[in-house]
Amino acid sequence: MSNFFPRWANWLPLQLLVCGLIVGAPITLGVWYYFTPKYTRVGYQPDQPVPFSHALHVKQLGMDCRYCHSFVEVAGHSNLPSTQTCINCHGEGKILSNSPRLAPVRESWKTGQPIPWVQIHRLPDYAYFNHAVHVNRGVSCYSCHGAVNEMSVVYEAESLSMKWCLDCHRSPENFLRPPSEIFNMDWHPSSAAEQRELGTRFKEEWKVNPPVNCGGCHR
Amino acid sequence: MSLIRYFILLLTLLVILVVSIAGLRGCKTKRPPIEIFPDMVRQPKVKAQVPSGFFADGRGSREPVAGTVPVGYSEPVKPSAASSNGAVMSGPYEVVIFSGKEGYADTGKNGTNWGNGLPFNATMATLERGRERYQIQCAVCHGDTGAGNGIATKYGLVGVANLHQQRLREMTDGEIYNTIANGKNTMLGYGSVIQVPDRWAIVAYVRALQRSQNATINDVPAAERAALQGTNAASTPAQP
Repeated sequence: MSNFFPRWANWLPLQLLVCGLIVGAPITLGVWYYFTPKYTRVGYQPDQPVPFSHALHVKQLGMDCRYCHSFVEVAGHSNLPSTQTCINCHGEGKILSNSPRLAPVRESWKTGQPIPWVQIHRLPDYAYFNHAVHVNRGVSCYSCHGAVNEMSVVYEAESLSMKWCLDCHRSPENFLRPPSEIFNMDWHPSSAAEQRELGTRFKEEWKVNPPVNCGGCHR
Repeated sequence: MSLIRYFILLLTLLVILVVSIAGLRGCKTKRPPIEIFPDMVRQPKVKAQVPSGFFADGRGSREPVAGTVPVGYSEPVKPSAASSNGAVMSGPYEVVIFSGKEGYADTGKNGTNWGNGLPFNATMATLERGRERYQIQCAVCHGDTGAGNGIATKYGLVGVANLHQQRLREMTDGEIYNTIANGKNTMLGYGSVIQVPDRWAIVAYVRALQRSQNATINDVPAAERAALQGTNAASTPAQP
């Protein structure tokens, strides 16, 4: 009986394996790199109906986050300001009251229809998040939203993935800050050691015990 | 062998193509985030401040019905006499009843007249709270000291009141409260963003500011007086 398989077939399994690796590795790498909120979410920077600059209002004018996001300390949801908040300064006869860039604000003030701001940070609907409980227990705006005070156009700075949440829920001492500096976007610990020391103290003082069980957030 | 070479070349081109189209992590993009596993990520429920197709005007958040009391509406409680030893200002009211926008605590009015005093005992904590709220909401226009020179005035906002003018020093607490809540002249009301107890805390802090700008050496505690006079004499620059 002659050989059923030709001689080159001896190499076939090895060749298949090598090809598989050559094709499989980039696919695996591609999925690892792209199929994560670090890619899909971070850097999302949509056009807003009004080119509102946080860099101008917060960094340059020194306004507090809570002038506009007025209920972040008492509500689960950090509110967008009502049109009236803009009109406080940009109303008729006030600052830049004829600027074409503020036309949607004036229109909204006249008609009562809200300005259609584009939401950037969106958690999945099955994840529960409460702003108040975080900012009242030492988690700064900065920790989740990045240096918003330096953004002319706001973009998503962090992935908001579940692993990212758990990084802090498991070791909050790496992120907690003094209560007076929660809304100070320019405050940074001088070193990782200082952060650890402060964070550990606050964690004990305030009995910060973030849930790491499923029901903590998926309630 | 050349087949493998072509294969690798093709693969390299493919990788370059993917990277050039998809970009790198963290690149700024206007493209809404892709939700790769969309299972129940977006549910047909209304969350705060989102649009809803259910209503004709497309708004998920509805206007409150007349007479609605907001959730979390807190009522400051007058502390007992024993605990109010730190009080710097005391109200004439034994019991504070936030009366659905009718009583003094909600309107600043007793009947038809502006009232005076806080509807609860002010402590140091009240003043600290007032300072914090003042600096968040008021200082933008009225300035940190209340001199009417906040940052907004540097950008063309005119008609900002100086809180130290005689008229405002003599104004009743109730009327100041009402100005915070409902606005006055070109100032719009801040009642929608400052809760009732905080408005009173701001009134208390404004009183403290007014007092500080018109203080005499006799207002300084005797123990501090010498030190202050010492530094004052030493640090007063020669007038040009």
